[in-house]
Amino acid sequence: MTLAEKILAAHSGKDKVSPGEFIDVRVDLVMANDITAPIAIREFERLEAKGVFDPQRVVMVVDHTVPAKDIPAAEQAKLVREFSRQHGLLYLDGGKFGIEHVVLPEQGLVLPGDVVVGADSHTCTYGALGAFATGMGSTDIACAMATGEIWMKVPPTIKLLYHGKLRKWVTAKDLILYTIGDIGVDGALYAAMEFSGEAIDALSMDGRFTIANMAIEAGAKAGIFRVDNKTMAYVKPRAQRPYKVYEPGEDARYARVIEYDVSQIEPQVAFPFLPSNTRPISQVGEVRIDQVVIGSCTNGRIEDLRLAAQVLKGRRVHPEVRCLIIPGSQEVYLEALRQGLIEVFIEAGATVTMPTCGPCGGFHLGVLAAGERCIATTNRNFVGRMGSPQSEVYLANPAIAAASAILGRIGGPEEVS
Amino acid sequence: MKLRGTVHKYGANVDTDVIIPSPYLTLTDPGELATHCMQGIDSEFAQKVEKGDIIVAGTNFGCGSSREHAPIAIKAAGISCVIAKSFARIFFRNAINIGLPLLECAQAAEEIESGDILEVELASGEIRDITKDKLFKAEPYPNFMLELISAGGLIEHTKRKLEARKDEI
Repeated sequence: MTLAEKILAAHSGKDKVSPGEFIDVRVDLVMANDITAPIAIREFERLEAKGVFDPQRVVMVVDHTVPAKDIPAAEQAKLVREFSRQHGLLYLDGGKFGIEHVVLPEQGLVLPGDVVVGADSHTCTYGALGAFATGMGSTDIACAMATGEIWMKVPPTIKLLYHGKLRKWVTAKDLILYTIGDIGVDGALYAAMEFSGEAIDALSMDGRFTIANMAIEAGAKAGIFRVDNKTMAYVKPRAQRPYKVYEPGEDARYARVIEYDVSQIEPQVAFPFLPSNTRPISQVGEVRIDQVVIGSCTNGRIEDLRLAAQVLKGRRVHPEVRCLIIPGSQEVYLEALRQGLIEVFIEAGATVTMPTCGPCGGFHLGVLAAGERCIATTNRNFVGRMGSPQSEVYLANPAIAAASAILGRIGGPEEVS
Repeated sequence: MKLRGTVHKYGANVDTDVIIPSPYLTLTDPGELATHCMQGIDSEFAQKVEKGDIIVAGTNFGCGSSREHAPIAIKAAGISCVIAKSFARIFFRNAINIGLPLLECAQAAEEIESGDILEVELASGEIRDITKDKLFKAEPYPNFMLELISAGGLIEHTKRKLEARKDEI
Protein backbone atom coordinates (compact mmCIF):
# COMPACT_ATOMS: atom_id res chain seq x y z
CA MET A 1 0.00 0.00 0.00
CA THR A 2 1.01 3.63 -0.52
CA LEU A 3 1.49 5.97 2.44
CA ALA A 4 -2.05 7.36 2.04
CA GLU A 5 -3.57 3.86 1.80
CA LYS A 6 -1.71 2.66 4.91
CA ILE A 7 -2.99 5.56 7.01
CA LEU A 8 -6.55 5.15 5.72
CA ALA A 9 -6.51 1.38 6.29
CA ALA A 10 -5.32 1.85 9.88
CA HIS A 11 -8.10 4.40 10.48
CA SER A 12 -10.87 2.24 9.05
CA GLY A 13 -10.05 -1.00 10.85
CA LYS A 14 -8.99 -2.76 7.66
CA ASP A 15 -5.87 -4.72 6.75
CA LYS A 16 -5.94 -3.33 3.25
CA VAL A 17 -7.71 -0.64 1.26
CA SER A 18 -7.65 -0.04 -2.49
CA PRO A 19 -8.28 3.05 -4.62
CA GLY A 20 -11.98 3.59 -5.36
CA GLU A 21 -13.17 1.79 -2.21
CA PHE A 22 -15.67 3.68 0.01
CA ILE A 23 -14.68 3.53 3.69
CA ASP A 24 -15.65 5.05 7.03
CA VAL A 25 -12.55 6.68 8.45
CA ARG A 26 -11.84 7.51 12.11
CA VAL A 27 -10.46 11.05 12.35
CA ASP A 28 -7.80 12.30 14.76
CA LEU A 29 -8.64 15.99 14.45
CA VAL A 30 -11.51 18.05 13.02
CA MET A 31 -11.01 21.73 12.20
CA ALA A 32 -13.12 24.69 11.08
CA ASN A 33 -12.53 28.43 10.81
CA ASP A 34 -14.51 31.66 11.15
CA ILE A 35 -15.80 31.41 7.55
CA THR A 36 -16.76 27.73 7.49
CA ALA A 37 -17.65 27.07 11.15
CA PRO A 38 -20.89 29.10 11.22
CA ILE A 39 -22.50 26.80 8.62
CA ALA A 40 -20.93 23.74 10.28
CA ILE A 41 -22.43 24.82 13.62
CA ARG A 42 -25.87 25.28 12.03
CA GLU A 43 -25.70 21.79 10.50
CA PHE A 44 -24.33 20.33 13.75
CA GLU A 45 -27.38 21.67 15.61
CA ARG A 46 -29.63 19.93 13.07
CA LEU A 47 -28.00 16.60 13.98
CA GLU A 48 -29.31 16.93 17.55
CA ALA A 49 -26.16 15.20 18.79
CA LYS A 50 -25.41 15.19 22.53
CA GLY A 51 -22.08 16.89 21.90
CA VAL A 52 -18.95 16.57 19.84
CA PHE A 53 -17.21 13.18 19.74
CA ASP A 54 -14.17 14.48 21.66
CA PRO A 55 -13.75 18.18 22.55
CA GLN A 56 -9.96 17.86 22.55
CA ARG A 57 -10.04 16.73 18.93
CA VAL A 58 -12.21 19.50 17.55
CA VAL A 59 -10.41 22.79 16.93
CA MET A 60 -11.84 26.14 15.89
CA VAL A 61 -9.56 28.80 14.45
CA VAL A 62 -10.63 32.41 13.92
CA ASP A 63 -8.20 33.68 11.29
CA HIS A 64 -9.86 34.73 8.03
CA THR A 65 -11.36 38.08 8.95
CA VAL A 66 -9.47 38.99 12.13
CA PRO A 67 -9.42 41.50 13.63
CA ALA A 68 -13.13 41.55 12.72
CA LYS A 69 -13.40 43.60 9.52
CA ASP A 70 -17.08 44.49 9.94
CA ILE A 71 -20.16 43.66 12.00
CA PRO A 72 -21.08 40.41 10.16
CA ALA A 73 -17.48 39.16 10.62
CA ALA A 74 -17.60 40.07 14.30
CA GLU A 75 -20.90 38.16 14.66
CA GLN A 76 -19.39 35.09 12.98
CA ALA A 77 -16.33 35.12 15.25
CA LYS A 78 -18.60 35.53 18.28
CA LEU A 79 -20.71 32.55 17.25
CA VAL A 80 -17.59 30.37 16.85
CA ARG A 81 -16.16 31.56 20.16
CA GLU A 82 -19.41 30.84 22.05
CA PHE A 83 -19.89 27.43 20.45
CA SER A 84 -16.29 26.50 21.33
CA ARG A 85 -16.79 27.57 24.93
CA GLN A 86 -20.13 25.77 25.23
CA HIS A 87 -18.64 22.47 24.01
CA GLY A 88 -15.19 22.90 25.57
CA LEU A 89 -13.43 22.74 22.20
CA LEU A 90 -9.88 23.71 21.39
CA TYR A 91 -10.15 27.34 20.35
CA LEU A 92 -7.40 29.38 18.71
CA ASP A 93 -8.31 33.06 18.52
CA GLY A 94 -6.93 35.51 16.02
CA GLY A 95 -4.33 37.79 17.59
CA LYS A 96 -3.14 35.06 19.95
CA PHE A 97 -2.30 32.39 17.37
CA GLY A 98 -2.57 33.01 13.63
CA ILE A 99 -3.38 31.28 10.36
CA GLU A 100 -4.83 27.80 10.91
CA HIS A 101 -2.40 25.86 8.71
CA VAL A 102 0.64 27.55 10.25
CA VAL A 103 -0.65 27.26 13.81
CA LEU A 104 -1.98 23.70 14.04
CA PRO A 105 1.42 22.10 13.27
CA GLU A 106 3.19 24.65 15.54
CA GLN A 107 0.92 23.75 18.45
CA GLY A 108 1.52 20.03 17.95
CA LEU A 109 -2.17 19.44 17.24
CA VAL A 110 -1.56 17.58 13.95
CA LEU A 111 0.91 14.72 13.95
CA PRO A 112 2.41 12.04 11.69
CA GLY A 113 0.02 9.24 10.80
CA ASP A 114 -3.07 11.30 11.66
CA VAL A 115 -6.23 11.59 9.60
CA VAL A 116 -7.24 15.26 9.75
CA VAL A 117 -10.32 16.81 8.16
CA GLY A 118 -10.82 20.54 8.05
CA ALA A 119 -13.42 22.89 6.64
CA ASP A 120 -10.80 24.67 4.60
CA SER A 121 -9.36 23.50 1.31
CA HIS A 122 -5.75 24.04 2.41
CA THR A 123 -6.09 21.49 5.22
CA CYS A 124 -3.87 19.33 2.95
CA THR A 125 -0.91 21.37 4.38
CA TYR A 126 -0.52 18.85 7.24
CA GLY A 127 0.55 16.18 4.75
CA ALA A 128 4.03 17.65 5.22
CA LEU A 129 4.05 15.89 8.63
CA GLY A 130 3.19 12.49 7.14
CA ALA A 131 -0.52 12.87 7.98
CA PHE A 132 -3.49 12.24 5.67
CA ALA A 133 -5.16 15.64 5.78
CA THR A 134 -7.93 16.84 3.52
CA GLY A 135 -10.31 19.76 3.11
CA MET A 136 -14.08 19.34 3.21
CA GLY A 137 -17.18 21.50 3.43
CA SER A 138 -19.09 22.59 6.50
CA THR A 139 -21.69 19.78 6.47
CA ASP A 140 -19.01 17.07 6.32
CA ILE A 141 -17.22 18.77 9.19
CA ALA A 142 -20.44 19.02 11.24
CA CYS A 143 -20.90 15.25 10.89
CA ALA A 144 -17.25 14.53 11.69
CA MET A 145 -17.54 16.71 14.82
CA ALA A 146 -20.51 14.66 16.01
CA THR A 147 -19.30 11.16 15.15
CA GLY A 148 -15.49 11.28 14.91
CA GLU A 149 -15.83 9.57 11.56
CA ILE A 150 -16.24 10.53 7.92
CA TRP A 151 -16.77 8.63 4.69
CA MET A 152 -14.05 8.71 2.10
CA LYS A 153 -13.32 7.21 -1.25
CA VAL A 154 -9.77 5.83 -1.15
CA PRO A 155 -7.80 7.97 -3.62
CA PRO A 156 -5.29 6.64 -6.11
CA THR A 157 -1.75 7.87 -5.32
CA ILE A 158 0.48 9.77 -7.74
CA LYS A 159 4.16 9.59 -6.82
CA LEU A 160 6.23 12.67 -7.60
CA LEU A 161 10.00 12.33 -7.54
CA TYR A 162 12.22 15.40 -7.49
CA HIS A 163 15.86 14.73 -8.36
CA GLY A 164 18.88 17.01 -8.22
CA LYS A 165 19.75 20.23 -6.40
CA LEU A 166 17.85 23.52 -6.41
CA ARG A 167 19.43 26.56 -8.05
CA LYS A 168 19.84 29.80 -6.11
CA TRP A 169 16.51 31.58 -5.38
CA VAL A 170 14.55 28.45 -6.35
CA THR A 171 12.36 27.25 -3.48
CA ALA A 172 9.69 24.72 -2.54
CA LYS A 173 7.12 27.19 -3.91
CA ASP A 174 8.73 26.96 -7.34
CA LEU A 175 8.66 23.15 -7.25
CA ILE A 176 4.94 23.06 -6.58
CA LEU A 177 4.13 25.86 -9.06
CA TYR A 178 6.21 24.07 -11.69
CA THR A 179 4.41 20.80 -10.94
CA ILE A 180 0.95 22.40 -11.19
CA GLY A 181 2.04 24.14 -14.39
CA ASP A 182 3.00 20.73 -15.73
CA ILE A 183 0.05 18.56 -14.67
CA GLY A 184 -2.66 21.27 -14.54
CA VAL A 185 -5.17 22.41 -11.92
CA ASP A 186 -6.95 19.05 -12.19
CA GLY A 187 -3.81 16.99 -12.84
CA ALA A 188 -4.20 15.18 -9.52
CA LEU A 189 -8.01 15.38 -9.24
CA TYR A 190 -9.29 13.10 -6.42
CA ALA A 191 -5.75 11.65 -5.99
CA ALA A 192 -3.17 11.72 -3.21
CA MET A 193 0.19 13.22 -4.21
CA GLU A 194 3.18 11.53 -2.55
CA PHE A 195 6.23 13.81 -2.72
CA SER A 196 9.71 12.31 -2.58
CA GLY A 197 13.24 12.37 -3.98
CA GLU A 198 16.50 13.92 -2.81
CA ALA A 199 15.33 17.49 -3.52
CA ILE A 200 12.38 16.91 -1.18
CA ASP A 201 14.62 15.33 1.48
CA ALA A 202 16.78 18.47 1.31
CA LEU A 203 13.83 20.80 2.01
CA SER A 204 13.14 22.22 5.45
CA MET A 205 9.78 21.58 7.11
CA ASP A 206 8.71 25.11 6.12
CA GLY A 207 9.32 24.23 2.47
CA ARG A 208 7.42 20.96 2.76
CA PHE A 209 4.42 22.75 4.25
CA THR A 210 4.44 25.06 1.22
CA ILE A 211 4.31 22.13 -1.20
CA ALA A 212 1.68 20.13 0.70
CA ASN A 213 -0.43 23.31 1.01
CA MET A 214 -0.79 23.65 -2.75
CA ALA A 215 -1.65 20.00 -3.52
CA ILE A 216 -5.29 21.17 -3.68
CA GLU A 217 -4.34 23.55 -6.52
CA ALA A 218 -3.68 20.43 -8.60
CA GLY A 219 -7.10 19.10 -7.51
CA ALA A 220 -5.58 16.59 -5.07
CA LYS A 221 -7.34 15.19 -2.02
CA ALA A 222 -4.07 15.12 -0.09
CA GLY A 223 -0.38 15.88 -0.50
CA ILE A 224 1.77 13.65 1.65
CA PHE A 225 5.44 13.30 2.66
CA ARG A 226 7.41 10.52 4.32
CA VAL A 227 8.52 11.20 7.87
CA ASP A 228 12.30 11.72 8.29
CA ASN A 229 14.70 13.20 10.87
CA LYS A 230 13.59 16.73 10.04
CA THR A 231 9.94 15.81 10.61
CA MET A 232 10.79 14.20 13.94
CA ALA A 233 12.88 17.20 15.04
CA TYR A 234 9.85 19.40 14.32
CA VAL A 235 7.25 17.12 15.88
CA LYS A 236 8.92 15.79 19.04
CA PRO A 237 9.03 19.00 21.09
CA ARG A 238 5.49 19.95 20.00
CA ALA A 239 3.44 16.74 20.07
CA GLN A 240 0.46 16.89 22.43
CA ARG A 241 -0.45 13.19 22.18
CA PRO A 242 0.98 9.84 20.91
CA TYR A 243 1.24 9.26 17.16
CA LYS A 244 2.35 6.58 14.74
CA VAL A 245 4.64 6.89 11.74
CA TYR A 246 3.68 5.03 8.56
CA GLU A 247 5.89 4.20 5.59
CA PRO A 248 4.81 3.38 2.05
CA GLY A 249 5.07 -0.37 1.45
CA GLU A 250 7.41 -1.96 -1.07
CA ASP A 251 4.29 -3.32 -2.75
CA ALA A 252 2.82 0.19 -3.17
CA ARG A 253 1.01 0.66 -6.46
CA TYR A 254 0.96 4.15 -7.94
CA ALA A 255 -1.53 5.44 -10.51
CA ARG A 256 1.31 7.43 -12.02
CA VAL A 257 4.95 8.26 -11.31
CA ILE A 258 6.21 11.70 -12.35
CA GLU A 259 9.89 12.63 -12.19
CA TYR A 260 11.55 16.04 -12.37
CA ASP A 261 15.16 17.22 -12.50
CA VAL A 262 14.96 20.27 -10.25
CA SER A 263 18.32 21.65 -11.38
CA GLN A 264 16.54 22.66 -14.61
CA ILE A 265 13.81 24.63 -12.81
CA GLU A 266 13.89 28.45 -12.57
CA PRO A 267 11.82 30.50 -10.11
CA GLN A 268 8.23 30.32 -11.35
CA VAL A 269 5.50 32.95 -11.64
CA ALA A 270 1.85 31.90 -12.05
CA PHE A 271 0.01 34.44 -14.21
CA PRO A 272 -3.69 35.18 -13.82
CA PHE A 273 -6.09 33.44 -13.52
CA LEU A 274 -4.95 29.92 -12.64
CA PRO A 275 -2.07 28.59 -10.51
CA SER A 276 -1.17 26.36 -13.49
CA ASN A 277 -0.55 29.36 -15.74
CA THR A 278 3.17 29.39 -14.91
CA ARG A 279 6.20 30.91 -16.60
CA PRO A 280 9.85 30.82 -15.59
CA ILE A 281 11.02 34.20 -14.26
CA SER A 282 13.21 34.71 -17.35
CA GLN A 283 10.09 34.75 -19.53
CA VAL A 284 7.85 37.03 -17.49
CA GLY A 285 8.49 40.23 -19.48
CA GLU A 286 7.47 43.68 -18.23
CA VAL A 287 4.66 43.36 -15.66
CA ARG A 288 4.18 46.51 -13.51
CA ILE A 289 2.72 45.91 -10.04
CA ASP A 290 0.83 47.96 -7.45
CA GLN A 291 0.98 45.63 -4.45
CA VAL A 292 3.09 42.82 -3.00
CA VAL A 293 1.82 40.33 -0.40
CA ILE A 294 4.30 38.13 1.43
CA GLY A 295 2.62 35.72 3.84
CA SER A 296 -0.35 33.28 3.97
CA CYS A 297 -0.69 29.60 4.88
CA THR A 298 1.51 28.89 1.85
CA ASN A 299 4.50 31.15 2.52
CA GLY A 300 4.07 32.86 5.90
CA ARG A 301 6.66 30.89 7.88
CA ILE A 302 10.01 32.07 9.27
CA GLU A 303 12.08 30.74 6.36
CA ASP A 304 9.84 32.71 3.97
CA LEU A 305 10.27 35.93 5.93
CA ARG A 306 14.05 35.38 6.15
CA LEU A 307 14.20 34.99 2.38
CA ALA A 308 12.19 38.20 1.85
CA ALA A 309 14.41 40.07 4.35
CA GLN A 310 17.55 38.84 2.58
CA VAL A 311 16.33 40.60 -0.58
CA LEU A 312 14.85 43.71 1.11
CA LYS A 313 17.73 44.40 3.52
CA GLY A 314 19.20 47.83 2.92
CA ARG A 315 16.89 48.49 -0.04
CA ARG A 316 13.65 50.43 -0.53
CA VAL A 317 10.25 49.34 -1.75
CA HIS A 318 9.43 51.08 -5.08
CA PRO A 319 7.60 54.39 -4.49
CA GLU A 320 4.51 53.22 -6.42
CA VAL A 321 4.27 49.85 -4.66
CA ARG A 322 2.58 48.83 -1.39
CA CYS A 323 4.40 45.89 0.20
CA LEU A 324 2.46 43.93 2.85
CA ILE A 325 4.23 41.37 4.99
CA ILE A 326 2.06 39.05 7.05
CA PRO A 327 3.71 36.60 9.46
CA GLY A 328 1.71 33.35 9.48
CA SER A 329 1.47 33.18 13.26
CA GLN A 330 2.38 35.04 16.42
CA GLU A 331 5.20 32.50 16.90
CA VAL A 332 6.58 33.36 13.46
CA TYR A 333 6.08 37.09 14.18
CA LEU A 334 8.01 36.91 17.44
CA GLU A 335 10.81 34.91 15.84
CA ALA A 336 11.01 37.45 12.98
CA LEU A 337 11.21 40.22 15.55
CA ARG A 338 14.01 38.46 17.42
CA GLN A 339 15.94 37.89 14.21
CA GLY A 340 15.66 41.57 13.26
CA LEU A 341 13.54 40.88 10.17
CA ILE A 342 10.70 43.22 11.14
CA GLU A 343 13.14 46.10 11.36
CA VAL A 344 14.48 45.25 7.89
CA PHE A 345 10.93 45.28 6.49
CA ILE A 346 9.91 48.57 8.06
CA GLU A 347 13.16 50.27 7.08
CA ALA A 348 12.57 49.10 3.50
CA GLY A 349 9.15 50.77 3.48
CA ALA A 350 7.05 47.62 3.84
CA THR A 351 4.01 47.24 6.11
CA VAL A 352 3.90 44.41 8.64
CA THR A 353 0.42 43.27 9.71
CA MET A 354 -0.80 40.78 12.28
CA PRO A 355 -1.25 37.13 11.22
CA THR A 356 -4.44 36.82 9.12
CA CYS A 357 -5.74 35.26 5.90
CA GLY A 358 -6.79 38.87 5.06
CA PRO A 359 -5.78 39.79 1.52
CA CYS A 360 -5.18 36.23 0.18
CA GLY A 361 -8.91 35.60 -0.11
CA GLY A 362 -9.83 39.24 -0.73
CA PHE A 363 -11.31 39.58 2.75
CA HIS A 364 -9.55 42.68 4.09
CA LEU A 365 -6.17 44.36 4.75
CA GLY A 366 -4.98 44.64 1.15
CA VAL A 367 -7.96 44.27 -1.22
CA LEU A 368 -7.26 45.29 -4.84
CA ALA A 369 -9.07 47.94 -6.94
CA ALA A 370 -10.04 47.43 -10.59
CA GLY A 371 -6.99 47.43 -12.85
CA GLU A 372 -4.53 46.81 -10.00
CA ARG A 373 -1.92 44.07 -10.03
CA CYS A 374 -0.40 42.20 -7.11
CA ILE A 375 2.39 39.67 -6.85
CA ALA A 376 1.75 37.41 -3.87
CA THR A 377 3.28 34.40 -2.17
CA THR A 378 -0.25 33.05 -1.69
CA ASN A 379 -1.86 30.07 -3.40
CA ARG A 380 -4.63 31.27 -5.73
CA ASN A 381 -4.89 33.83 -8.51
CA PHE A 382 -8.49 33.27 -9.62
CA VAL A 383 -10.63 36.11 -11.01
CA GLY A 384 -11.38 38.50 -8.15
CA ARG A 385 -9.47 36.43 -5.60
CA MET A 386 -7.89 39.47 -3.94
CA GLY A 387 -10.61 42.02 -4.66
CA SER A 388 -12.04 43.50 -7.85
CA PRO A 389 -12.82 41.02 -10.66
CA GLN A 390 -10.79 43.44 -12.81
CA SER A 391 -7.65 43.05 -10.67
CA GLU A 392 -4.83 40.54 -11.21
CA VAL A 393 -2.80 38.30 -8.89
CA TYR A 394 0.54 36.70 -9.80
CA LEU A 395 1.92 33.91 -7.59
CA ALA A 396 5.61 33.51 -6.74
CA ASN A 397 8.10 32.68 -4.00
CA PRO A 398 9.05 35.25 -1.28
CA ALA A 399 12.38 36.21 -2.92
CA ILE A 400 10.69 37.04 -6.24
CA ALA A 401 7.90 38.92 -4.43
CA ALA A 402 10.44 40.95 -2.41
CA ALA A 403 12.55 41.73 -5.49
CA SER A 404 9.41 42.79 -7.36
CA ALA A 405 8.50 45.14 -4.50
CA ILE A 406 11.81 46.95 -5.03
CA LEU A 407 11.65 46.92 -8.83
CA GLY A 408 8.00 47.99 -9.19
CA ARG A 409 7.60 45.18 -11.72
CA ILE A 410 7.89 41.41 -11.54
CA GLY A 411 11.55 40.44 -11.41
CA GLY A 412 14.12 38.34 -9.57
CA PRO A 413 16.66 39.17 -6.83
CA GLU A 414 19.48 39.16 -9.39
CA GLU A 415 18.02 42.31 -10.97
CA VAL A 416 18.04 44.20 -7.68
CA SER A 417 21.20 46.25 -7.39
CA MET B 1 -37.31 12.74 -10.60
CA LYS B 2 -37.41 14.67 -13.86
CA LEU B 3 -35.83 18.12 -14.00
CA ARG B 4 -36.43 20.66 -16.74
CA GLY B 5 -34.76 23.99 -17.34
CA THR B 6 -32.76 26.38 -19.48
CA VAL B 7 -28.99 26.07 -19.74
CA HIS B 8 -26.43 28.58 -18.46
CA LYS B 9 -23.11 27.44 -19.87
CA TYR B 10 -19.58 28.16 -18.58
CA GLY B 11 -16.07 26.95 -19.38
CA ALA B 12 -13.49 24.90 -17.48
CA ASN B 13 -12.19 25.46 -13.91
CA VAL B 14 -15.12 27.55 -12.63
CA ASP B 15 -13.79 28.15 -9.11
CA THR B 16 -15.74 28.74 -5.91
CA ASP B 17 -14.33 32.29 -5.64
CA VAL B 18 -16.24 33.30 -8.79
CA ILE B 19 -19.31 31.27 -7.77
CA ILE B 20 -19.54 33.23 -4.52
CA PRO B 21 -16.87 35.94 -4.04
CA SER B 22 -15.31 36.31 -0.59
CA PRO B 23 -17.05 39.58 0.41
CA TYR B 24 -20.25 37.52 0.77
CA LEU B 25 -18.78 34.80 2.99
CA THR B 26 -20.08 36.50 6.10
CA LEU B 27 -23.57 35.63 4.81
CA THR B 28 -25.07 32.25 5.67
CA ASP B 29 -28.68 32.75 4.55
CA PRO B 30 -29.19 30.75 1.31
CA GLY B 31 -31.52 33.37 -0.19
CA GLU B 32 -29.03 36.19 0.37
CA LEU B 33 -26.15 34.08 -0.98
CA ALA B 34 -28.23 33.35 -4.10
CA THR B 35 -28.43 37.04 -4.99
CA HIS B 36 -24.60 37.05 -5.44
CA CYS B 37 -24.32 33.65 -7.14
CA MET B 38 -21.81 33.47 -10.06
CA GLN B 39 -21.08 37.18 -9.56
CA GLY B 40 -17.37 36.78 -10.30
CA ILE B 41 -17.96 35.23 -13.71
CA ASP B 42 -21.45 36.37 -14.82
CA SER B 43 -22.75 39.49 -13.09
CA GLU B 44 -26.24 39.07 -14.64
CA PHE B 45 -26.72 35.47 -13.52
CA ALA B 46 -28.77 36.25 -10.40
CA GLN B 47 -31.19 38.38 -12.45
CA LYS B 48 -31.66 35.98 -15.35
CA VAL B 49 -31.73 32.59 -13.58
CA GLU B 50 -35.13 30.91 -13.24
CA LYS B 51 -36.24 28.08 -11.01
CA GLY B 52 -35.26 24.74 -12.53
CA ASP B 53 -32.45 26.12 -14.74
CA ILE B 54 -29.35 24.02 -15.29
CA ILE B 55 -25.66 24.94 -15.24
CA VAL B 56 -23.45 23.18 -17.80
CA ALA B 57 -19.66 23.54 -17.56
CA GLY B 58 -16.29 22.07 -18.52
CA THR B 59 -13.74 20.23 -16.40
CA ASN B 60 -13.01 20.75 -12.69
CA PHE B 61 -16.19 22.68 -11.84
CA GLY B 62 -16.10 24.10 -8.29
CA CYS B 63 -12.32 24.05 -7.84
CA GLY B 64 -10.59 26.05 -5.12
CA SER B 65 -11.94 26.98 -1.72
CA SER B 66 -14.01 24.51 0.34
CA ARG B 67 -16.73 27.14 0.93
CA GLU B 68 -20.07 25.33 1.10
CA HIS B 69 -21.58 28.76 0.38
CA ALA B 70 -20.94 27.95 -3.32
CA PRO B 71 -23.33 24.99 -3.79
CA ILE B 72 -25.75 26.60 -1.30
CA ALA B 73 -25.87 29.76 -3.47
CA ILE B 74 -26.34 27.74 -6.68
CA LYS B 75 -29.13 25.65 -5.18
CA ALA B 76 -30.90 28.65 -3.63
CA ALA B 77 -30.67 30.52 -6.96
CA GLY B 78 -33.02 27.85 -8.30
CA ILE B 79 -30.55 25.72 -10.26
CA SER B 80 -31.91 22.17 -10.40
CA CYS B 81 -28.65 20.43 -11.33
CA VAL B 82 -25.11 21.02 -12.61
CA ILE B 83 -23.73 19.02 -15.54
CA ALA B 84 -19.96 19.15 -16.09
CA LYS B 85 -17.09 17.23 -17.66
CA SER B 86 -15.68 16.77 -14.15
CA PHE B 87 -16.06 18.25 -10.66
CA ALA B 88 -13.51 19.31 -8.04
CA ARG B 89 -13.77 16.85 -5.16
CA ILE B 90 -14.66 19.14 -2.25
CA PHE B 91 -17.41 20.82 -4.31
CA PHE B 92 -18.71 17.38 -5.29
CA ARG B 93 -19.03 16.28 -1.65
CA ASN B 94 -20.59 19.58 -0.60
CA ALA B 95 -23.20 19.49 -3.36
CA ILE B 96 -24.22 15.89 -2.64
CA ASN B 97 -24.34 16.64 1.10
CA ILE B 98 -26.78 19.53 0.67
CA GLY B 99 -28.86 17.94 -2.08
CA LEU B 100 -27.71 19.76 -5.22
CA PRO B 101 -27.62 17.08 -7.95
CA LEU B 102 -24.49 16.87 -10.12
CA LEU B 103 -24.03 14.88 -13.30
CA GLU B 104 -20.72 14.10 -14.96
CA CYS B 105 -21.00 13.80 -18.74
CA ALA B 106 -18.23 15.04 -21.03
CA GLN B 107 -20.21 14.72 -24.26
CA ALA B 108 -23.21 16.63 -22.91
CA ALA B 109 -20.94 19.35 -21.52
CA GLU B 110 -19.30 19.63 -24.93
CA GLU B 111 -22.42 19.78 -27.14
CA ILE B 112 -25.06 21.53 -25.03
CA GLU B 113 -25.18 25.31 -25.50
CA SER B 114 -26.42 28.24 -23.44
CA GLY B 115 -30.16 28.73 -23.82
CA ASP B 116 -30.90 25.08 -24.70
CA ILE B 117 -33.80 23.47 -22.86
CA LEU B 118 -32.88 20.24 -21.06
CA GLU B 119 -34.81 17.43 -19.42
CA VAL B 120 -32.80 15.42 -16.92
CA GLU B 121 -33.74 12.10 -15.33
CA LEU B 122 -31.51 11.83 -12.26
CA ALA B 123 -32.01 8.13 -11.50
CA SER B 124 -31.02 6.99 -14.98
CA GLY B 125 -28.60 9.83 -15.70
CA GLU B 126 -30.39 10.62 -18.96
CA ILE B 127 -29.93 14.17 -20.24
CA ARG B 128 -32.24 15.16 -23.10
CA ASP B 129 -31.48 18.35 -25.01
CA ILE B 130 -34.98 19.31 -26.21
CA THR B 131 -33.65 22.21 -28.32
CA LYS B 132 -31.17 20.02 -30.19
CA ASP B 133 -33.19 16.79 -29.92
CA LYS B 134 -30.22 14.87 -28.54
CA LEU B 135 -29.87 12.34 -25.74
CA PHE B 136 -26.83 12.00 -23.48
CA LYS B 137 -26.10 9.53 -20.68
CA ALA B 138 -24.22 10.63 -17.55
CA GLU B 139 -22.05 8.44 -15.33
CA PRO B 140 -24.30 6.66 -12.80
CA TYR B 141 -23.67 7.33 -9.09
CA PRO B 142 -21.93 4.56 -7.12
CA ASN B 143 -24.26 2.67 -4.75
CA PHE B 144 -22.78 4.28 -1.66
CA MET B 145 -23.64 7.74 -3.04
CA LEU B 146 -27.16 6.67 -3.97
CA GLU B 147 -27.74 5.55 -0.37
CA LEU B 148 -26.53 8.91 0.86
CA ILE B 149 -28.77 10.78 -1.56
CA SER B 150 -31.81 8.62 -0.84
CA ALA B 151 -31.30 9.12 2.92
CA GLY B 152 -31.85 12.83 2.20
CA GLY B 153 -28.23 14.00 2.37
CA LEU B 154 -25.41 13.60 4.85
CA ILE B 155 -27.18 15.14 7.86
CA GLU B 156 -30.05 12.62 7.69
CA HIS B 157 -27.58 9.79 7.02
CA THR B 158 -25.53 10.79 10.07
CA LYS B 159 -28.63 11.21 12.23
CA ARG B 160 -29.48 7.58 11.54
CA LYS B 161 -25.94 6.59 12.47
CA LEU B 162 -26.19 8.49 15.78
CA GLU B 163 -29.58 6.87 16.51
CA ALA B 164 -28.09 3.42 15.88
CA ARG B 165 -25.25 4.17 18.31
CA LYS B 166 -27.75 5.22 20.97
CA ASP B 167 -29.58 1.92 20.52
CA GLU B 168 -26.33 -0.01 21.02
CA ILE B 169 -25.89 1.64 24.42
